[in-house]
Amino acid sequence: MGRIRNKGGGRSRGVLPGLGLTAGLTTAYLGLVVVIPLSTLALRASRLSLADFWALATGPRALASYRLSLGASLAAAAANVLLGVLLAWVLTRYRFPGRSLADALVDLPFALPTAVSGIALTALFSQNGWLGAPLERLGVKVAFSPLGVTLALVFIGLPFVVRTVQPVLEELDADMEEAAAVLGAGRLFTFRRVLLPEILPAALTGFALAFARALGEYGSVVFISGNMPGRTEITPLLIMTRLEQYDYPGATALALVLLAFSFLLLFAINRLQAFARARGGMA
Amino acid sequence: MSIAVHAVHKAFDGHPVLRDVSFDVPGGELVALLGPSGCGKTTLLRVIAGLEEADAGAVLHDGAPVEGKSARERNVGLVFQHYALFRHMNVAENVAFGLRVRRRPAAAVRARVQELLRLVQLSGLERRFPSQLSGGQRQRVALARALAAEPRVLLLDEPFGALDARVRQELRQWLRRLHDEIHVTTLFVTHDQEEAFEVADRVVLMNRGQVEQVGTPRQVFDEPRSPFVMQFLGAVNVFHGRLEDGRAHFGGIDVPHPAAGELPAPARLYARPHELEVHRDPTAGSFPARVLRVTPAGSAVRLELHAPTVDRPISAEVEARRAEALALAEGLEVWVAPRRLRVFEGEAADSLSSSQL
Repeated sequence: MGRIRNKGGGRSRGVLPGLGLTAGLTTAYLGLVVVIPLSTLALRASRLSLADFWALATGPRALASYRLSLGASLAAAAANVLLGVLLAWVLTRYRFPGRSLADALVDLPFALPTAVSGIALTALFSQNGWLGAPLERLGVKVAFSPLGVTLALVFIGLPFVVRTVQPVLEELDADMEEAAAVLGAGRLFTFRRVLLPEILPAALTGFALAFARALGEYGSVVFISGNMPGRTEITPLLIMTRLEQYDYPGATALALVLLAFSFLLLFAINRLQAFARARGGMA
Repeated sequence: MSIAVHAVHKAFDGHPVLRDVSFDVPGGELVALLGPSGCGKTTLLRVIAGLEEADAGAVLHDGAPVEGKSARERNVGLVFQHYALFRHMNVAENVAFGLRVRRRPAAAVRARVQELLRLVQLSGLERRFPSQLSGGQRQRVALARALAAEPRVLLLDEPFGALDARVRQELRQWLRRLHDEIHVTTLFVTHDQEEAFEVADRVVLMNRGQVEQVGTPRQVFDEPRSPFVMQFLGAVNVFHGRLEDGRAHFGGIDVPHPAAGELPAPARLYARPHELEVHRDPTAGSFPARVLRVTPAGSAVRLELHAPTVDRPISAEVEARRAEALALAEGLEVWVAPRRLRVFEGEAADSLSSSQL
């Protein structure tokens, strides 16, 4: 770990006291809660030889599960950005009866035990469910397909984008939109050039949170996916399966790959956010 | 281009904000819309810009009504009190916004941006973001942005309200010079009388959603048409008196007032501090008073006086040299002679208190 220094460098004392203490606490806490558990994972994996690790981590069943987990998580996070921005927009910009009710409903996916949401969604979208039956006739299979997995992930990730974008929209002055209108900009132009750049950093944060949540999600997915190996099996479930078979090295290898993926993606999003914020002149 | 506002009414939730507002802004003039906060002047500006719709009445640009035209079709330039710059765009991008909307060729946009930044004296700051500029610089960027697409009218909503006094003073003079250079019809909202007088060709005085008086700064200052205008434009003494037999009486003196009838009627008489003469001996049309306070104020001396025949303290202003000659001091008995009085009929019903002066 590198030396901790005040921004601005040197041994100059900052305005706020307690840098040493707070930095120490932060490191200790992060270490205890995040780094130590995760390094035991790496430690366990390091007992495997490279060849063994590679074999375990890149089996056909594992590869299929990465594809589904990453693909469905990305798709769900992307869908949540669209839906979430829209919802946040409606909740902040319009006053309609039932608005506070709708506002409260947004958080429900957080509060519900994920297994409950999973079972509810499965019932709704299975072959003879309320929505599943008509969709089936149209040739769309939701339950027990990758689509179902994505749907479950959209459901549990929705609040993230809404709750990150909402405060930004609330704070945004109508002045800027009016200025754009007086300058001759249409609504689409105003949205694209004036509003979007303002909400982009928050939307990215929401995307990252929704994605991270989706990647690790287990409870709501197992019911709706049907868990067919190679088809609708997500990585977290495969890890569970390996554990149940007392295949600890196998579970560890998969977990490490998942961890590496999430870290890389979250890191990339973080950089992107820093860039978007700097563009916004708020750095 | 000229603007005409004709019998405009506007109410928010049943509260009238604009009541029968009419006035003209001839092409190329700089007109100030002056009034206390809450008098409806900003709403009027927004109606002209197309950001609000009038409930009744018409706004005409060059004689043609603009009702039904949205803000984006009216081609006006609007400058907001809090700049409303696009935070994520640099100075050049902000200024270019109106041109990009109109799909002007890139080279033309670049040239126009350079020209405007020269005009507002911000050349070299193209790459800065609004957060890296001072308040005065931001407001000049906002002005350049508003002027970019050659608007037919420029509307300014308290443009210097958020700036400190010194910067405000500089920008005022600068705005006047800029207007003399580009001659775009400009309507300027302010609550600051000094600002309006310094910058504008003509002043539209508003109070409680109505136009009180329209005229040049000289006209409205010298010939106020209502007690409100009198009181709003600088410090003033109010005397309560009565009208009788063609004369206005107060504080033991009387002045001719042809409009007064035979029967007694209440009246208010107004005199600005510098319109009160102070003497050591009684003169024609003067009343006695005692000096309560003497405050030097540069080339003049401010006096606070108490007259037994007048119910409230009187403030007067005399030249420093004269004050010395009179040897004015606290407790001194003097005679006060109003050089000029403006008489309005009626009781003191105006809610404008002295704190608003």
